[in-house]
Amino acid sequence: MTTTRPAATVPPGAPSTGTPGRHRGPQGTSWQQRRYRWDVKGTPYLYIAPFFILFAVFGLFPLGYTAWVSLHDWSLLSDEQTFVGLANYRELLTDAYFWNALRNTISILILGTVPQLFFALIIAHLLTMRLRGQTFFRLGMLLPNVASVVAVAVIFSQLFGRDFGLINWVLESIGVGRIDWQAGTASSHIAIAVMIAWKWTGYNALIYLAAMQAVPRDLYESATLDGASWWRQLTSITIPMIRPTIIFTVIISTIYGLQIFAEPQLFAGGGQDTITGGSSRQFQTLTLYLYEHGFNRGFQFGYASATAWVMFGIIVVVAAANYLLVRRIRSSA
Amino acid sequence: MSTVATIRRYRPPRLAYLTLLAVLFFSGFPLYFSLVVASQDNSALGRMPPPLLPGANLVDNVRRVFETVPFGAALVNSLIVSATITASVVLFSTLAGFAFAKLKFRASNTLLLLVVATMMVPAQLGIVPLYLMMIRFGWTDSLQAVIVPALVNAFGVFFMTQYLREALPTELLEAGRIDGAASHRLFWHVVLPVARPAAAVLGMLTFLTAWNDYFWPLVVLSSPDNYTVQVALSNLRSGYVTDFSLVLTGTLLATVPLLVVFGLLGRHIIGGIMQGAVKG
Repeated sequence: MTTTRPAATVPPGAPSTGTPGRHRGPQGTSWQQRRYRWDVKGTPYLYIAPFFILFAVFGLFPLGYTAWVSLHDWSLLSDEQTFVGLANYRELLTDAYFWNALRNTISILILGTVPQLFFALIIAHLLTMRLRGQTFFRLGMLLPNVASVVAVAVIFSQLFGRDFGLINWVLESIGVGRIDWQAGTASSHIAIAVMIAWKWTGYNALIYLAAMQAVPRDLYESATLDGASWWRQLTSITIPMIRPTIIFTVIISTIYGLQIFAEPQLFAGGGQDTITGGSSRQFQTLTLYLYEHGFNRGFQFGYASATAWVMFGIIVVVAAANYLLVRRIRSSA
Repeated sequence: MSTVATIRRYRPPRLAYLTLLAVLFFSGFPLYFSLVVASQDNSALGRMPPPLLPGANLVDNVRRVFETVPFGAALVNSLIVSATITASVVLFSTLAGFAFAKLKFRASNTLLLLVVATMMVPAQLGIVPLYLMMIRFGWTDSLQAVIVPALVNAFGVFFMTQYLREALPTELLEAGRIDGAASHRLFWHVVLPVARPAAAVLGMLTFLTAWNDYFWPLVVLSSPDNYTVQVALSNLRSGYVTDFSLVLTGTLLATVPLLVVFGLLGRHIIGGIMQGAVKG
């Protein structure tokens, strides 16, 4: 459409029709045009402005400011902030507890994400069939996602309890024996990974389901005629066809997984363990480590900011690696 | 022949139902178990085997939760926080989504790309400066510290843009323009009515997220009267001896409103999640 058309048909009662004399032009048409042009050119910016202003102040600015703070000895306890360059980063990278937190985070991430996405794929594949009670099943899949991470962590801490937990009772009844879930490194990682997987599997299954519904039906029909099993159909048709979605979920789960905080924090019984992630830091994650330094021990904001930036770097690297890896898997299949 | 074959092929095997029922069981069980524990008195939890059926102590436990921590205040705080954030996110996302989907302006693609790219950046990483900003503003330990940074989010803009691109007919906007309607009138009379279903879904998702948020409220709120529900819950949990029936009663109380919303509107939430997904 052209810019002149609307001005030719001025609606009755438009606010500007009453003020033609204030502007040049015979019947106020140029005022109409100018108003229209301004409306078309300016309004979009007006509409995105609230978002970008708030987003810039409370979203982007803090991210950049973190880098600045990380170069300082910046503490709540003193008024002066001394510039220390990369000292915080040097200290961080030589701290064994940092590497421990990084190892724990990656271990929990892998344990929580890989099986989760695998099961989500299978569940989504089942949900594409013509099921009775389809809505019922889908609602059920999403149910865990509605609960908060705090609720999930609290409920599972009870289920994984050493003495009176339901899971240990089951393990004992089938002759495996009880496990002190909180005490061990591997066992605590497994317990935390279960919480993550429980909450997110159904959600990811729904996302896969959405993608699967866009896969042409006749691909499956000809595959079935060729006698391909459902497993073969899943690996040779479905997975390659929904690759962008898989990459998307892998990256999102990775970013989410690297930030795990509430689960380990609440999994520890109480006291200082909630910040160190167990008595021997066996499940302290990177965010817990950040929290420990930034908001618990002397409010070392500079050091905590350095941790945040290193985490950001790790997230970028891992996300990129994931992207390349998933693409490679697809092209070799 | 092909119709018969199609029907037969897509009739799910019994194993599919069994698997899905098992998944459903594992999805629902922990929530059911929190009800079991919440309705028992704490000593019943020291028995082996653990109780598997609800007891009679729910009312008593609920009363104890409200006595132990200011839980009523926490519920009100969470309601204020979540409702404000939801209203704001829906309004600003629809405005920005309309602009990105249907209005032409310079740099629109670049700006939208920026929005999508920042969806990948965890907000948590800016937590220290955000806290410093709150100190500077004098907002620490106040609800506005929780509300204001969450008033907009990139996901909402992306979601509304996607929806309006498909659902909002460009001809309708052009017709409105020819009738001389300014953009703001188009927004109120054309865009908003069309956006209503997506706005409802985005609203529900935002409300869920805001209600369940934990890390930032934990950092910025310090007095129990200002706690949101999730922080109040974690406060119930801390301490060397955990009264599990008390804690899980609190958990249940914090989750029930969401379960009710989900029960009533779950279909739409699912539709929204599937719509927001990147399609293959």
